[in-house]
Amino acid sequence: MSGYADPGFDTLCLHAGAAPDPATGARAVPIHLSTSFVFESSEHAQSLFNLERAGHVYSRISNPTNAVLEERMAALEGGIGAITTASGQAALHLSIATLMGAGSHIVASTALYGGSQNLLHYTLRRFGIETTFVKPGDIDGWRAAIRPNTKLLFGETVGNPGLDVLDIPTVASIAHDAGVPLLVDSTLTTPWLMKPFEHGADLVYHSATKFLSGHGTVIGGVVVDGGSFDWDASGKFPELTQPYDGFHGMVFSEESTVGAFLLRARREGLRDFGACLSPHSAWLILQGTETLPLRMAQHMRNTQKVVAFLASHPFVSRVGHPMLPTHPSHALAQKLLPRGAGSVFSFDLKGDRAQGKKFVETLKLFSHLANVGDCRSLVIHPASTTHFRMDDAALAGAGISQGTIRLSIGLEDADDLVDDLKRALKAAERAAAAQP
Amino acid sequence: MYVTVHQAPIYCYTGGQPFDAAKPTVVFIHGVLNDHSVWILQSRYLAHHGYNVLALDLPGHGRSQGDAPESVAQAADFVAALLDAAGVERAALVGHSWGSLIALETAAQLKERASHLVLIGSASPMRVSPALLDASVNNPEQAIKLVNVFSRSTLAPPPSALGPGTWVYGAGLALGRRVLASNKTVNVFYRGFKACDSYSGADAAITQITCPVLFVLGEHDQMTPPKAAQGLISAARTSGKQVQVVMLPVGHNQMTEAPDATLFALRDFLAS
Repeated sequence: MSGYADPGFDTLCLHAGAAPDPATGARAVPIHLSTSFVFESSEHAQSLFNLERAGHVYSRISNPTNAVLEERMAALEGGIGAITTASGQAALHLSIATLMGAGSHIVASTALYGGSQNLLHYTLRRFGIETTFVKPGDIDGWRAAIRPNTKLLFGETVGNPGLDVLDIPTVASIAHDAGVPLLVDSTLTTPWLMKPFEHGADLVYHSATKFLSGHGTVIGGVVVDGGSFDWDASGKFPELTQPYDGFHGMVFSEESTVGAFLLRARREGLRDFGACLSPHSAWLILQGTETLPLRMAQHMRNTQKVVAFLASHPFVSRVGHPMLPTHPSHALAQKLLPRGAGSVFSFDLKGDRAQGKKFVETLKLFSHLANVGDCRSLVIHPASTTHFRMDDAALAGAGISQGTIRLSIGLEDADDLVDDLKRALKAAERAAAAQP
Repeated sequence: MYVTVHQAPIYCYTGGQPFDAAKPTVVFIHGVLNDHSVWILQSRYLAHHGYNVLALDLPGHGRSQGDAPESVAQAADFVAALLDAAGVERAALVGHSWGSLIALETAAQLKERASHLVLIGSASPMRVSPALLDASVNNPEQAIKLVNVFSRSTLAPPPSALGPGTWVYGAGLALGRRVLASNKTVNVFYRGFKACDSYSGADAAITQITCPVLFVLGEHDQMTPPKAAQGLISAARTSGKQVQVVMLPVGHNQMTEAPDATLFALRDFLAS
């Protein structure tokens, strides 16, 4: 597309990476459910395997449908390219496994999705990669936690469960002073709310299961490289700057000045770990990206109304959303997330576990399940579900009370959502009176 | 590998193969704010198909030290010196954009030592608008974006360098920023553009070459529109040179928007 200006975000959501199919004229992106792709000749095969020419060989490594999603996500984030993965967790693992091995160290935010905490705290430790956890707002803590073997700083744009906004410019600066990149999980904000590369992050990943696909139909992930981190200048990443025996002695940073990470991640990580995305799943996520701006705008409008309702309700003791001046990240959110800090947040009932259960069970429009970022509104009561084994003290340590409720605000009419919440709050309040 | 030229280490990508001056050599010369990596999908292939490849970072660019060339003539002197330093007697010269002018001037200087000349995204004169020249100094980020927009022709390029899943325009922006940052003392963006803008020797140089010349032009190229190369093509033909012209349905990013077509044009021309 020739022109005089960069296409806008909404245009890229529809067109980046995709053109009418030259073989059939299909306007929508075709789903290439083919494991492999025919070589024109033995010489062509050899050239593809040796990265002399670009093309698809086997769908674990690359696939035409997935490639459209990868280009689109890179365009939306302002990156140089991307790799789709079987899940968001696979994207996180691929990022880490590409950058380091046993003996390495990560500094990560404490405010992480539980699955990420498990990976860092338990599983990677078993493979010799240690993590030091730092509260996201503890800037001195980030700096102090860095060791000579630190290879990565990592946090979420808005952290779980309190929606602590990560001060990306400051943490990125600390990372770069130490010669390491900053990886950011941008799942809850999407590039519509924030582009972490513009604030200094080097790598961004998403659980595409959530807002990118947006319909609660598919598991997938994607990692995007901003192309800004200079692996050679850092000197800490021989994986990218020294000959790699596993690929004919290739030096990835010589092959590509800005794309060494993606080269190794695809040529080693997808090849050997194999956590690739199904092309069908890629297509479903592509469908989601096409309406991302419309959906995110509605998510934000509805969240604003629901948060305002809850914040003024007498049976609610706390609403943990950065749009409220009382939230510790309010000022940072206004600076980094002017369009909103997402539609997933928690609030506390003035009640106990039983009342929390009653609240959830009374809701009709909100679905009680373990997901976020659906077009439908979702709810979960941690004290009776994900954290039910914890006693009150352990819950408090995790920043969760007996009455904490997590909501993911969907695309329904906001008035209907408020009515649903109003009814459930009343039922929960009455449940206390009914108890012996 | 590094070759020392005028006391400065100069980086040359050899396509993943050891340097071997006994093979026919192809020298790749990049344009403004680029480096060797823009040639990956052409240079790596040729290096594995019988050629000795030197895809260089111009002095003061990327991995190369030394003074960034202030003129096309200065850059051509450098390329000739590089061949001497590397022990290459004869070479094909392939250049893109500014690099095409450097390749042309080098071929005119080297005469029979240039076996082939390939001019990709070329123009004569290669004027740069005063606004863009100014922006390259005073607002380089805006200028990099402008060049990126003017250089592309589609939002859906084929699988390209680095391979499938690459957003080549984001990669172009990132490379421009990286190369600009690689030189702390000289703005290589402005210096390269100024060298293009002030070069007036193309029409004379094309009459002095002794090798066949291939033009690879993008039909939708807004940086160096095909019509801007017609005078040079005519001058080459008028002076009796062997001339081939390949038109590609792309913009100024010939190597990334049409990686295979650019490679095949090169491969067939070098084999002819």
